[in-house]
Amino acid sequence: MSANLARLEAPLPVIPDRGGPLQPLLAASDLSKTFRLSGGFFGGRKAVHAVDGLSLTVGKGETVGIVGESGCGKSTAARLISGITPADAGEIVFDGETYWTPRSRITAERRRAIQMVFQDSASSLNPRMTLAETLAFGPRAHGIPTASAHAYARDLLAAVGLPPARFAERYPIQLSGGQRQRVNIARAVAMRPRLLILDEPVSALDKSVEAQVLNLLVQLREELGLSYIFISHDLNVVRYISDRVAVMYLGQVVEEATSEDIFATPKHPYTRALFASRPSLDPRHRVKAAPLAGDPPDPIDPPSGCRFRTRCPIAESLCATVAPPLDDTAKDGAAVHKVACWAAVPGSGHSLAAKPLERVQ
Amino acid sequence: MSDRMAAPILDIASLSVAYRGAAGWTPVVRGIDVRLEAGRTLVLLGESGSGKSVTLRSIVGLLRDEGARVEGEVRVGARNVTTMSDPELRQLRGGRVGFIFQEPMTALDPVFRIGDQIAETIVRHRGTTWKCAMGMAKELFELVQIPSAARRLSAYPNELSGGLRQRAMIAMAMSCEPELLLADEPTTALDATVQIQVLLLLREIQKERGTSMVFVTHDLGVAAEIADDVAVMYAGQIVEHGSADQVLLTPRHPYTQALTRCVVRGSYRDAALGELGGAPPDLGRLPAGCSFAPRCVRRADECLLAAPEPCEVAPSHIVACLRAADMAATPTGEFQES
Amino acid sequence: MHGTLGTGAEADIVETPAVRHRSYRAVVLRRFVRQPVPMTAALILLAIILSAIFAHYVAPADPFQTRVAQRLAEIGTPGRLLGGDELGRDVLSRLIYGGRISLTMAIAPVAIGLFVGGFLGILAGYAGGRTNMAIMRSMDVFYAFPSILLAVAIAGALGPGLENGILALSMVFIPPIARMAESVTTQVRSYEFVIAARLSGASTARVLREHVLSNVAGPILVFASSQVSVSIIAASGLSFLGLGVSPPNPDWGLMLSALRQSIYVNPWVAALPGAMIFISSICFNLVSDGIRRAMEVRR
Repeated sequence: MSANLARLEAPLPVIPDRGGPLQPLLAASDLSKTFRLSGGFFGGRKAVHAVDGLSLTVGKGETVGIVGESGCGKSTAARLISGITPADAGEIVFDGETYWTPRSRITAERRRAIQMVFQDSASSLNPRMTLAETLAFGPRAHGIPTASAHAYARDLLAAVGLPPARFAERYPIQLSGGQRQRVNIARAVAMRPRLLILDEPVSALDKSVEAQVLNLLVQLREELGLSYIFISHDLNVVRYISDRVAVMYLGQVVEEATSEDIFATPKHPYTRALFASRPSLDPRHRVKAAPLAGDPPDPIDPPSGCRFRTRCPIAESLCATVAPPLDDTAKDGAAVHKVACWAAVPGSGHSLAAKPLERVQ
Repeated sequence: MSDRMAAPILDIASLSVAYRGAAGWTPVVRGIDVRLEAGRTLVLLGESGSGKSVTLRSIVGLLRDEGARVEGEVRVGARNVTTMSDPELRQLRGGRVGFIFQEPMTALDPVFRIGDQIAETIVRHRGTTWKCAMGMAKELFELVQIPSAARRLSAYPNELSGGLRQRAMIAMAMSCEPELLLADEPTTALDATVQIQVLLLLREIQKERGTSMVFVTHDLGVAAEIADDVAVMYAGQIVEHGSADQVLLTPRHPYTQALTRCVVRGSYRDAALGELGGAPPDLGRLPAGCSFAPRCVRRADECLLAAPEPCEVAPSHIVACLRAADMAATPTGEFQES
Repeated sequence: MHGTLGTGAEADIVETPAVRHRSYRAVVLRRFVRQPVPMTAALILLAIILSAIFAHYVAPADPFQTRVAQRLAEIGTPGRLLGGDELGRDVLSRLIYGGRISLTMAIAPVAIGLFVGGFLGILAGYAGGRTNMAIMRSMDVFYAFPSILLAVAIAGALGPGLENGILALSMVFIPPIARMAESVTTQVRSYEFVIAARLSGASTARVLREHVLSNVAGPILVFASSQVSVSIIAASGLSFLGLGVSPPNPDWGLMLSALRQSIYVNPWVAALPGAMIFISSICFNLVSDGIRRAMEVRR
């Protein structure tokens, strides 16, 4: 049976909890990032608003899923929250302490608290390092002697299901996709982080391996008391692993709610379209009509007002002029369910919105 | 199934493909038989390394250029592809057989306008005038539902979004009214909302034109959306073959059953996901007996001794498993999401 | 049955032997040695270099001693095995001694270019932004001139001589090596394993040393070694123009320049220095190709 990671002799100390269980582990507010593109000599300067005013909190032990299509800014969001790409504006608070602001630097010891797991690819592991060297690198950078860092690396390999006797001295190219992804996860866990940001961690894997890796992630989360930000384009995967889900479209969160709520009663037309786009898995009940036409628009030049309006089946003239706010629409007492859609704002003037008086139901 | 009397559009008989590796020939496809009747869609379902894409490429004789050793026979219509000359093959590709790739950028030439590329194919295969070909290209763009078709014809491939590029690729594949369309994971690189559009489009075109199709995918959901028949491949062999309902709803091979169990659904709070332990075998060092046996939960001792012969467990439902007869069909059920 | 790491392990079902540890360098060396053509080229180069170093023991005659009777002697003349030059000096000895200057002029500028250009390029690539802009735009200035013209101009300004020739050629090799280093570093920097290393909190120096350097060193080294053959020819060119070393010092370029006047009298002897330049530059190219192949990441 597997080694229990929590009991594993870790040379790096566990980062102590400060604020208690109710304080959010991570609170990112108003993160924005614009990438400038040079538009050629005569093209002027263009900019991609990759992430626009993203706010996200992650509770202790909680998993927040971010789902969206290509160009929605979910991967940029991951890099902003990890601090590897500095945002243009915003603030990140980690367990009550400022982790990052546009003017601050993240110290090495702090950095350890948030680690990332990337999509499996040829460049996710250093091709010129053995697996043991790869896993020992981080701990060594924190002053752990090479010998104990290597011993730790072997324990980590065992803990993610790769027998160290056969795997420690292998190079990444000698691994299958699933094995590589286990090493990617082990490398992040080696730092004893409190938050793991997983960017499409199972998207490149075969379906049978996907299930193995998801089960591993669920188990690690329990054993180590980790929190996850889980990013994927696959709704089923996000639903499986997440407690709360945020749906992103063109750099903005359009809906955010608990996993059950968002899957039981999606409120944003985009979320509903995403759900309806899933293949049915039953040849007798196939999808009859595509819920949306066309591709997501280019993030270089997003539509005015609500960014989804160009593909939205219920868009009205109001949507083109003013962008809807991301507000809580849950009834009193229910869990927060935020939606950015005029149709969900009572009295907004959208024909599908409740009239102000009918609000008390 | 004897009521469909038409001659098969595609007939693959004991096809084997091997590539030369560091240690001799490595088998990639090991003796597969596939028949596809006109107007139907066959999905080759399998994971990476199962040989599904190689099988697809063998249909248009693409393996010859790759230095592969091909044995067996591939017939498209009445013609034997394995013995065709190179000019005959070129006439086949893009003529009677259309091909759709996963990444259209690899198939479209980035320095030519898309309309010109399609018109060129039409002129080459049908000998029409350029003007006539451009008119047909515009009709094709309308067929694949590209908005403002006339304007898009004069676009370069990189100016189109992923979904439009894939549509343009389909238009090109359809340009000579092929009898057989080959699609290699055409929707895998697309976003979810675009994937379903392309699947519906392919379904529609197929119904309208009566084109037959072989569609390669690793995704059970995509297979369920598009397939009439499904052939599940594992380690270069077809382990289960039948109608989409048979294979996806009442799978009889332990590998297919494991695949359906691995489909992610529900929440982690409800249940751990079904897993398929282990990894596909190294094709250079295949185990004796059934190649799935090392990972199989229903393995018996005799499975390790001899490779199972395909047997018909229900009309047209073929399973290559020694224990197929012992195993009751286990419906996978409850696929429909609430 | 499921949900445990033990069964989920995607360990090979077929037992594979434990992999013995071999350092990356040992692997590359082993692969290089197993390639016949680059290995032969390397041995030829080694022979040329060793005989140049130990020219004093290897050369059959004094390279400076003139002998009027053997002016433009045929190949195979006793005492002048590969013939005599226009002053009757032993061509074989001069070729062996000439390797000292010619190979120094070929390798030293590239070595300097590798060191300086590699440093600047990796710095520019890893730092990105303004640092990159400053370094790479100043490198671009050098691209405004054809390389050999640049070398001629610098050497002309500095005056003839071995050191000045090396300096002039170094200036030629710094920009292309820097540009090469910058582009591979920029690429490697974006790889996930470098991002993961940065996220672990490791210092920039450590990330550069352990993750970036090993992955950019290969391409840069291979590119630089392919430049050695360019350098041999450029150095010979400088000497030929009278801007490198001056007579009577033996140098392949200089010898070629002097012997070309007697090409109708004794073409075989006149061709010998050219052949040396040709052979050594080809050998450097083959060796660099072999290194590239040995460094490829594969099973």
